[in-house]
Amino acid sequence: MSEEPVLWLHAVTPGPDAGRLAGITGVGGGPVRPVAADGLVAVVAPVAPTEYGEVALRRNLEDLTWLERVAREHHRVADVLARLGPVVPARLATVYRDEGGLREALAQRRDDFRAAFDRVAGRVEWGVKAYAVPGAGAAASAPAASGGAGGAGTAYLLRRRAQLAATEAAGRAAARAAQATHEALARHARAARRHAPQDRGLSGVPEQMLLNGAYLVDADGGTDFANLVEALAGRYPAIRLELTGPWPPYSFADIDDGGRHDG
Amino acid sequence: MTGVPEYPATSGGYGLPATGQSGNLADILERVLDRGIVIAGDIRVNLLDIELLTIKLRLVVASVDTAREMGIDWWEHDPFLTARPRRPVPPGDDRGELTGGEEER
Repeated sequence: MSEEPVLWLHAVTPGPDAGRLAGITGVGGGPVRPVAADGLVAVVAPVAPTEYGEVALRRNLEDLTWLERVAREHHRVADVLARLGPVVPARLATVYRDEGGLREALAQRRDDFRAAFDRVAGRVEWGVKAYAVPGAGAAASAPAASGGAGGAGTAYLLRRRAQLAATEAAGRAAARAAQATHEALARHARAARRHAPQDRGLSGVPEQMLLNGAYLVDADGGTDFANLVEALAGRYPAIRLELTGPWPPYSFADIDDGGRHDG
Repeated sequence: MTGVPEYPATSGGYGLPATGQSGNLADILERVLDRGIVIAGDIRVNLLDIELLTIKLRLVVASVDTAREMGIDWWEHDPFLTARPRRPVPPGDDRGELTGGEEER
């Protein structure tokens, strides 16, 4: 193989503790290495352009088996780095031809990185999803068929309308419960983000996802946060809650409004 | 505590999720494809490609039964795909956000 490796960017850390990278395996299966620039340390994996170059990348990203492997490898490095100190994970498939291009890119965003490190230091991300519970609250009684002038057809329509109204009401109640859950979690968290719900195909869960929240929480606050989730699950039977984490602070790494409580 | 984040004791070891859910492929893909900081790379992969890819993934990840239940084109009617909400973009900053298929800077 005559071509020079290209550099897959995993994440950026404040550094300069590069020694701690020893033993971490990056995308492609080789060791990661640091590229220091301007007080930042980028953690990169040198990879073959024949697999991770522009043309190959376009092709390989369409290959779901390849994508799954790379996504897991990319995530694993961020996960390990998050245990060592503040980390800003890079979006998947950020690749540089050489260190010069990477250093330039880092220098341009230096202040953004510094702000992100301040935001995420000593904190982890937890994910909380809420799903509608089928049938919860939908058992509202249909009006008794009056047997009046309308006859059976009218009675059916009335019953059907009542069923639809009950389903709608249950849906609204579940949505309100999800909103209240998010607000309670956001009050508890250092920062919160409400992402678009995953659709059923991606989540693999048949029930509708009503909340896909991310919460930035002090690293030693995981137990309190989990207890709060449990309490909220008890308070709102119209929804089912799912807690995931801890995650590296993916949702709070970017520069815009990571400190804002939205929703 | 030295300011270094320490994962809660409930966390598993390396690569092991605390809740049995962190290793979920959908959750990982969502994070690595759609979150994390966007920095201009030398090698450009149009983010729209990744967007399309997630649509493809949604189809593939779906179980056969789920897909059958919903019809082969269910995703076309998914409001989160057809009018996908985006995080607010700060003025003058279009990094990381799809703007009608425009490639990132």
